[in-house]
Amino acid sequence: MDSILSFISANQQIIYIVILMVFVGIEVIGRVPSVLHTPLMSGANAIHGVVVIGAIIVMGKAETDNYLALTLGFFAVVLGTINVVGGFVVTDRMLEMFKKKKA
Amino acid sequence: MGLHLLTVCYLFGSVTFIVGLKMLASPASARKGNIIAAVGMAVAILATIFLYRNSETGLHLHNYAWIFGGLLIGGIVGTLSAKKVKMTSMPEMVSLFNGMGGACAALISLVEFNHLSKELKEGTLEISAVQPTVLIIVLGLIIGSISFAGSMVAWGKLNGRVKDFSFPGQNILNLAFLAIALGLGVYLIIDPAQTFILYGILALSLVYGVLFVMPIGGADMPVVISLLNSFTGVAAACGGFLYDNKVMLTGGILVGAAGTLLTVLMCKAMNRSLLNVLVGSFGGSNKTGAAGENTNQVAYKEISISDGAMVMNYATKVMIVPGYGLAVAQAQHICHELEKILEEKGVEVKYAIHPVAGRMPGHMNVLLAEADVSYDKLLEMETANDEFKTTDVVLILGANDVVNPAAKNDPASPIYGMPILEVEQAKTVIVNKRSMKPGYAGIENALFFQPKTAMLFGDAKKVLQQICAELKTI
Repeated sequence: MDSILSFISANQQIIYIVILMVFVGIEVIGRVPSVLHTPLMSGANAIHGVVVIGAIIVMGKAETDNYLALTLGFFAVVLGTINVVGGFVVTDRMLEMFKKKKA
Repeated sequence: MGLHLLTVCYLFGSVTFIVGLKMLASPASARKGNIIAAVGMAVAILATIFLYRNSETGLHLHNYAWIFGGLLIGGIVGTLSAKKVKMTSMPEMVSLFNGMGGACAALISLVEFNHLSKELKEGTLEISAVQPTVLIIVLGLIIGSISFAGSMVAWGKLNGRVKDFSFPGQNILNLAFLAIALGLGVYLIIDPAQTFILYGILALSLVYGVLFVMPIGGADMPVVISLLNSFTGVAAACGGFLYDNKVMLTGGILVGAAGTLLTVLMCKAMNRSLLNVLVGSFGGSNKTGAAGENTNQVAYKEISISDGAMVMNYATKVMIVPGYGLAVAQAQHICHELEKILEEKGVEVKYAIHPVAGRMPGHMNVLLAEADVSYDKLLEMETANDEFKTTDVVLILGANDVVNPAAKNDPASPIYGMPILEVEQAKTVIVNKRSMKPGYAGIENALFFQPKTAMLFGDAKKVLQQICAELKTI
């Protein structure tokens, strides 16, 4: 019990962020027209590509002779970057078409 | 100085994600929102590369050649595939990208655990000190692998490479796999020295991911992709915990929450619950029976190309209902041409868009926008339903379940309660389909057997080309 409480107070910053972000995430897309479901999903998909930062850190911390870490980390960076770049480009392509009609 | 700047960059990144997502939710600002989020992402990534310092050793990152090599390859592959993909295969692409993110999260967990167990062996770390870290690693691994495996299956299903597959007791087996994976995870947290268990967890999670998506019908794939999307968000957030990295944490949790809500919204558009989508294995063959049989014997009526063209030529108002058939046939451009030809002849042409027509909510809007169809011709479901009464001809292009009257009047039907386009209120209905085969829900459509309905079989693109040619001669 004591250890759980101390864990919570040691990580309270992170826990606050998590709770607030859950509400922000829900609030932000609360009233989205169904037309935009696909681009929104695709945009959110690109945003979680932020995981590539973790891959970069893994890669950058790995000892130069630890080939397992280097190889896996390298793949992680490649895949994460595909997620980010591809995600944003695809979303932009979808939205470009909506835009043209408005003009 | 550098570290403070890094904090500011991360803060900037987090804010752009929130603002970007907010702007993505409204049509006027969506594109700008996407670009804002992309800029924030670029700043956060570059700041990590140049400003990050290892919290233990205070050293900058190294292995720059590997990092930039990875970024370059990933950037090129990502851009090219995103630029080249056809508008009709967007859903697959999103699923594929999502899988990449999941795999990335899983790989991070693998490397970090490897690192951790080395330090444990050397005795530099106490077991009790690493347990919270192991928990995060295991969570990231399980969620990331499920998301990766599931997305790959979803991708395969959407492009037709993977068929639906289910067997009795599958749900129980799936849950058992998940439970074992979680149990092993707990065991690993208690005794982090058992390195090999991590690979057992990896294998089980991958198998679970595959089995979890396998029985779900193709029509429900968008919902599944959206759910897996939020999974990957949570996996990314695990990475944020691991490195005490606020931008990963905010981005991940934001997508996790928004993705979950989006999933629920999509289910609502189909008037079904998430549980029903996941466990119901809707679209399986076992449900074809009951609802279909009583209509099977009734004959349907076919119409020829020239008759179809004639009917539309003399109509005053034509409503086009696009569906997945239009998407597969890539018929959006010829569809727009038909609209122009008819309008020249003084026929009013509009499109009735069901929220879940096609393979993803909003799929039809994207496709028709690609073909330059004007935005105000696309009617949403409620508006369209009001206008069907005054419509002479409804032309259905490869849509099926979204116009099935069983959703309204047959409580036994699996799609009962789903809001539909009430096309039978129009004077004539012409249905273009490739065959009499049922749609994704796997049920018969009584609409096809109604006296005012005429079937026009064939590939949507070819049929529309012929109709256009025919109309020009009239």
